[in-house]
Amino acid sequence: MDALPFFPVRASTIGGPIDDLYFAWLILSGVVALAVAVLIVWFAIRYRRGSPASRAIADAATHARTMHHIEITWTIVPMALFLGMFVWSAEVYYDAVRVPKDALPIYVVAKQWMWHAEHPAGEREINELHVPLNRPVVLVMTSQDVIHSLSIPDFRIKQDVLPGRYTTLSFTANRPGEYRLYCTQFCGTSHSNMVGRVLVMEPVAYEEWLSAHANVPTMASRGERRYRELGCDGCHGAQAAVHAPKLEGLFGRPVPLRDGRTVLADERFIRAAVLLPNQDVPAGYEASMPSFRGQIGEEELLEIIEYVKSKGNATPEVLP
Amino acid sequence: MAEHAATFAHQHQFDDAEQQRTAANLGIWLFLATEILFFGVLFAAYAITRVRFPEAFAAASRLTNLPLAGINTAVLITSSLSMALAVHAARHGARRALVGWLSLTVALGVAFLAIKGVEYRIDFLEHLVPRLDFRYEGPQADQVELFFYMYFFITGVHALHVLIGIGCIATIAVMASRGRFGPDYYTPVDVTGLYWHLVDVIWLFVFPVLYLVSRS
Amino acid sequence: MNSAVIGANENIASHENYLSSGWNWRSWLLTLDHKRIGILYVVSITLLFGIGGAAAALIRLDLLTPHSQLVSIETYNKLFTMHGVIMVWFFLIPSIPATLGNFLIPMMVGARDLAFPRLNLLSWYLFVFGALFTIYALLSGGDDTGWTMYAPYSTSFSTSHVFAVATGVFIAGFSSILTGLNFIVTVHEMRAPGMTWFRLPLFIWAMYATSLILVLATPVLAMTLMLMGIERTFGIGVFDPGLGGDPLLFQHLFWFYSHPAVYIMVVPAMGVASEIISCFCRNPVFGYRFMAYAILAIAAFGFVVWGHHMFVSGQSAYAGTVFSLLTFLVSVPSAIKVFNWTATLYKAHVSFEAPMLYALGFVGLFTIGGLTGLFLASLGLDEQLHDTYFVVAHFHYIMVGAAVMAFFGGIHFWWPKITGRMYPEGWARFCAILTFIGFNLTFFPQFILGYLGMPRRYPDYPPEFQVWNVLSSAGSSLLVFGYVLPLAYLLWSLKYGAKAPANPWDAKGLEWQTESPPPTENFHTTPIVTEEAYAYRTESAHG
Repeated sequence: MDALPFFPVRASTIGGPIDDLYFAWLILSGVVALAVAVLIVWFAIRYRRGSPASRAIADAATHARTMHHIEITWTIVPMALFLGMFVWSAEVYYDAVRVPKDALPIYVVAKQWMWHAEHPAGEREINELHVPLNRPVVLVMTSQDVIHSLSIPDFRIKQDVLPGRYTTLSFTANRPGEYRLYCTQFCGTSHSNMVGRVLVMEPVAYEEWLSAHANVPTMASRGERRYRELGCDGCHGAQAAVHAPKLEGLFGRPVPLRDGRTVLADERFIRAAVLLPNQDVPAGYEASMPSFRGQIGEEELLEIIEYVKSKGNATPEVLP
Repeated sequence: MAEHAATFAHQHQFDDAEQQRTAANLGIWLFLATEILFFGVLFAAYAITRVRFPEAFAAASRLTNLPLAGINTAVLITSSLSMALAVHAARHGARRALVGWLSLTVALGVAFLAIKGVEYRIDFLEHLVPRLDFRYEGPQADQVELFFYMYFFITGVHALHVLIGIGCIATIAVMASRGRFGPDYYTPVDVTGLYWHLVDVIWLFVFPVLYLVSRS
Repeated sequence: MNSAVIGANENIASHENYLSSGWNWRSWLLTLDHKRIGILYVVSITLLFGIGGAAAALIRLDLLTPHSQLVSIETYNKLFTMHGVIMVWFFLIPSIPATLGNFLIPMMVGARDLAFPRLNLLSWYLFVFGALFTIYALLSGGDDTGWTMYAPYSTSFSTSHVFAVATGVFIAGFSSILTGLNFIVTVHEMRAPGMTWFRLPLFIWAMYATSLILVLATPVLAMTLMLMGIERTFGIGVFDPGLGGDPLLFQHLFWFYSHPAVYIMVVPAMGVASEIISCFCRNPVFGYRFMAYAILAIAAFGFVVWGHHMFVSGQSAYAGTVFSLLTFLVSVPSAIKVFNWTATLYKAHVSFEAPMLYALGFVGLFTIGGLTGLFLASLGLDEQLHDTYFVVAHFHYIMVGAAVMAFFGGIHFWWPKITGRMYPEGWARFCAILTFIGFNLTFFPQFILGYLGMPRRYPDYPPEFQVWNVLSSAGSSLLVFGYVLPLAYLLWSLKYGAKAPANPWDAKGLEWQTESPPPTENFHTTPIVTEEAYAYRTESAHG
């Protein structure tokens, strides 16, 4: 829908439900605020000092009981209304954060003070995000330094981006055009300059854009190169002498750990395995993997994750 | 404060001595509640970090000085006993016993700090002080260092409270030796006693959490 | 009311009172009189309000244009940080409790002073000491982390004076704790004969609940700041993800205090509103018991909703759901209070002196502020609104619109009692209305900006947001007058205002049964309470 002067454009599929919530609250709170204002003004005028209106309270006992019922009513009614709104808003929220299974991942690394995005097919962008129209997209995000937050108001979405963790933000853009992207968690001096644009492209335009970057190596191939450079193949490869978990078909599978728990081999698992390897040791293995902290940047980690994904079972269960 | 126990005059804002006593009692209990919340944050931070790194924290805990801390636990518990006996003496107007028990409490408190100082020195010599020539050869050294950061933080804040307590008790002891307290007025002894008991109770959480439970 | 008090309504020009008993430095800086300590606080927080307000003025001036060069980006970041730090910890948190609370609590319960006068004086000195640290930080270059000081920016990245500010706030926190402790003990132990719990004025209930929060929540802030400061100093700690720490842990600890803190800021205002509204309606507050229980419920529930500041922080959806539900529940008692204030006007005798205008303004602005909180409590909607100007507008409606209006209302209402002088009524009514209009003009456009997506803490913004920013800045120029003019005429009234009788408003409440200004010991003889609170309708009058 096109923007009213004081209302943002709606460009994603979650926009409708969220705007409905917003309008519902506007109406509800408008009614309540108006009622309170009207009552105050009416009582203040009618019962102003010296006015002839009657202040008599006939029967104290009845009066007290009536007042008590009124109190109970205006306790129960708001509570019921609020609970109803709570359930509705929670439903909208779960819709918004659920990551569709076939979502196209785009990896985002935030750093003071820019957004660095990488597409699996290899394209890299700074402060811009090219996304296809009407396809679910999931942004897998991390920060290189402090907490940032990626916000696209016209999509009605926002998610903090944390160092040391991956957070996700998913959407389906349903209106072509250019939309603003902001950092909305104070991150230092140029926080307000950490803005960008999201370009939602019709299928043809998107294909053109992709083919313009056709000769850029994919993230997975860059990841594989780094994987070999760091010697990971020495333990995890087919000819390895060391007993180390194989990575084929690993991604997205549940992994039983040495301490009895079972975790999912998602992005977080791979990242933790590389940086803090002896925390979640798989069952049947020793805690002997060295840490690669300080040797791998956030982008490289994501490329390696894409590589691991490419080795089979590449429909990730990306958790919100 | 009373000039002489026998002719104790309550403060002007209170109606009588009884009201002053109950007010002081409620006041100190409220203050103890704030201390519990204060230390609660530390325990929460510790617990959360420990859940994230159980193996590193277990390994680190095994490097703490259990014998010295064990002795210190006995010292502190004994000092709570002597403090309780001091309050008892105050209630019965036994001035010399009161001063004696208070002095013993001070001595035990000082002993606690001295033993803690020895323990810290040993930790330093074993390269366990974070950021100060910290050295650990095993896996997850960063998380072991994090344990010791929490260890020094928690025991340090506790030791600060012990120090403040010693100051208060010593002051009370001097006042007691000058005959300021009697059976009808010994509120400062009572209040200080409660504070000291809390300091002890907190140690009874610190010791198992840092030295015992985490070892396994 | 049966209490032996001298000359309740005679002109009290020359009687001995707490102000006339000594005027040198020692009598003020070493006073143990709760009334004088209240005035010491008034002076201190007024100065700090000026500093925080100057920062706000610069912010609104800078935001007049999208890419303003009025101040550098670094300076802007420091301005909004210092504005928040000073206004939250050095103005709002102490405001009503340490000024009106200190002055009135002993009088309202019928006591001669608070339970621990020396602790009270210590509280003021701790407050001042903490404020000096913060001002030092300000003068030596400021802090740029935002008042929320999130890790790891605050612990590992900012090069500004974070530690000094954290220390200042840490010290001032002890002032809060001791004040709250003093109030709780006083209310429990020192009520006059006949003053049962359910005869207490609602202002006392409000101060009691506020004190519970002060005592239980502030230690958490103290320790959180200590953890943050030590981590910043030594480069090791539990918030730094580089070592495996958790930046979300800081947020949980910080908001565990800072959400109850907002109730420290608004619950006293609710107490003031109840006193003023009942007096100028000549009506008991509607539903006294519900009002008292609602205050306690707000204080209690306020401790379990902190995660609503963190819906998009990366905390689990499950946690968010629980916090959202609890947040909706905590708004119910607030709604009850608004309805009850409204109902107090029913079959009342309403007059519109300045305190009443301020109190009615409080009710209106609190209603809007509270309703907009529900938008933010809605999980689905918060994603759009979090960290935008919608949040800024919401909390300013509560903390400035509601709390500051109530504070000004209370200052005016009890000004005759505190100073023995009447303020100029015409000017005061004008300022109340001016403040109400100026406030709405300043902050209502910010709701619109928020949904449009304008983030907080942005000195530069897209040009399509300018019209709303200009409206907002224009409104703030009215607010300046609304806040500065009272300072002028209140000071004027100290020398030229009409002498005030003991009970110029003919109000109920023990504080009105003694002279204006009161004697040092508050009452010449201990009052004995024989009637219920707000016994306005038992007078003959017309019915």
